[in-house]
Amino acid sequence: MTSQEFRDIFYNGVWKQNTGLVQLLGLCPILAVSSSVVNAVSLGLATALVMTLSGAAIAPIRQLVPNEARIPVFILIIAVLVTIVQFTMNAYMYKLYLVLGIFIPLIVTNCIVLARIESFASKNPMLDSALDGLAMGLGLTAVLAVLGGIREIFGHGTLLSGIDMVFGEAAKSWVFTVIPGYHGFLLAILPPGAFITLGMLIAAKNWLNLRAERKLKGANATIVPIEGGCSPAMH
Amino acid sequence: MQFTPLFSKSESVSAIMLKVLFALLPGIALYVWYFGPAILVSITLASLTALGTEALMLRLRGRPVAPFLKDNSALLTAWLLALSIPPLAPWWLVVVGTAFAIAIAKHLYGGLGNNLFNPAMVGYAVLIISFPAQMTHWIAPHGLEQGGMAMSGFSFTQQLEYIFIGVLPGHVSLDAVTMATPLDTLKTHLHLNQPIRQIFDMPIYGRLGGHGSEMVAGGFLLGGLYLLAARIISWHIPVAFLGTLMAIAGVFHLADPAHYAGPLFHWFAGASMLGAFFILTDPVSSPTTSKGRLIFAAGAALLTYLIRVFGGFPDGVAFATLLMNICVPLIVLYTQPPVFGKKDGVSGNKSVDGKP
Repeated sequence: MTSQEFRDIFYNGVWKQNTGLVQLLGLCPILAVSSSVVNAVSLGLATALVMTLSGAAIAPIRQLVPNEARIPVFILIIAVLVTIVQFTMNAYMYKLYLVLGIFIPLIVTNCIVLARIESFASKNPMLDSALDGLAMGLGLTAVLAVLGGIREIFGHGTLLSGIDMVFGEAAKSWVFTVIPGYHGFLLAILPPGAFITLGMLIAAKNWLNLRAERKLKGANATIVPIEGGCSPAMH
Repeated sequence: MQFTPLFSKSESVSAIMLKVLFALLPGIALYVWYFGPAILVSITLASLTALGTEALMLRLRGRPVAPFLKDNSALLTAWLLALSIPPLAPWWLVVVGTAFAIAIAKHLYGGLGNNLFNPAMVGYAVLIISFPAQMTHWIAPHGLEQGGMAMSGFSFTQQLEYIFIGVLPGHVSLDAVTMATPLDTLKTHLHLNQPIRQIFDMPIYGRLGGHGSEMVAGGFLLGGLYLLAARIISWHIPVAFLGTLMAIAGVFHLADPAHYAGPLFHWFAGASMLGAFFILTDPVSSPTTSKGRLIFAAGAALLTYLIRVFGGFPDGVAFATLLMNICVPLIVLYTQPPVFGKKDGVSGNKSVDGKP
């Protein structure tokens, strides 16, 4: 793998084809567990781990699997990997395991995992596939972290609450109170808050893309045609 | 020179909204009379927030600020929201609700004319879901002083002190000066298996609805009749809403008068009158066809009744409005009037000569 390929796959996974903001796949866990940073990042990392491992596991056998039976085979492999992650969390992060609950086994059915296997790992070599899974997973984790952060600050006025579930009792003092004496804003914690915040994040990403595009145009050509006072991309 | 009736003067949005605001005045005046001037503070707060948020959003969206600010639609949203929430609440409650209504429910959907949901009701829903405790502390009206003290008996300065810094005078607790709404009280006591006749003997009930609040509802009815007379709204929505509400409440009341309040109570309690004339009639989020308006308002009445009687929330008008708002595109699609001159239109047979 050349360094250019490496960069392309990584950029694609984390930003250009970001699962949370562009592909909008696997929205169920995104919306359900992103009520706090710790929950969101934990599930994001668990998904990233499963995606990396499943990419690495499926790419080498891609020529052996008959095309007609590929979906059940892929799902079985993903399920085995998810079970390993689930049992590991059960053993070492029991409290977090209880909080995330059903959403850990549900990684199996998370369409983003199967989507990357189907569209990437079943056509590319092992290292590329593992990297693609990792990049996609990290992109998802980043979105989950921002989403969880915004929802936690607006909903509870804190950040990193529940960090002790990952790092033990000593980490309790890491919880950061952003707004002291906050009343709480329940809507941010409830599913509508997740939808609204995700919508804002998607808008923010589109805006950044648009700005970058304009800058590029401005560098290439000095005159940008404007129709009716606003650019076509605004519509 | 006389024009034929075909030349009618079309009124500007600004003038229409101004007339609707004017129609709210009798209700607001009665509100102040029974519950004290705190409502004026929340209306002012809501208006300022609405205008500020509107200006900010218009600027961010690159639209002209002044002409849109002058259309008074943000003010109407602010007033409706302020009238739907308890007047004696911390100042941030009405500010958060109004800002959410204008910024998210109105401008993120594309601004005036494009919002799918009634912005004021979205603001109310956000508040009742997020801050249920603050949203259920209603002022007890004049004549209901509990232990010689009612919130409405506080001086205006004392009320301002509570709204802005959360301080109550002396040893008075918030529970002593506030009460649940008549609808809420009815629900709670019915759960305790008390017969309705006995519940209605409680001092918080008046002749039709709640003491004081029934008069405010009457004020809104008066304003609504003015809107009808001024042809700002058509008769379809208020008549269908109040008619359906009366029919459903009547059936339940006749079947079991000990457990179901009569239709007049449902008319004059809660936000029925405000909803029938001012909220559901929002020209943007209600259907544009006459038949559609009948279906829309009847559905809203049905949902309002179900939420009030069998649901968990104190009043159902807001959620009924939002749920019916979702149905509006579908309703409009299926209620297109037949093309003139065609016998068979979308809405079925129409006799040509007017005879059935």
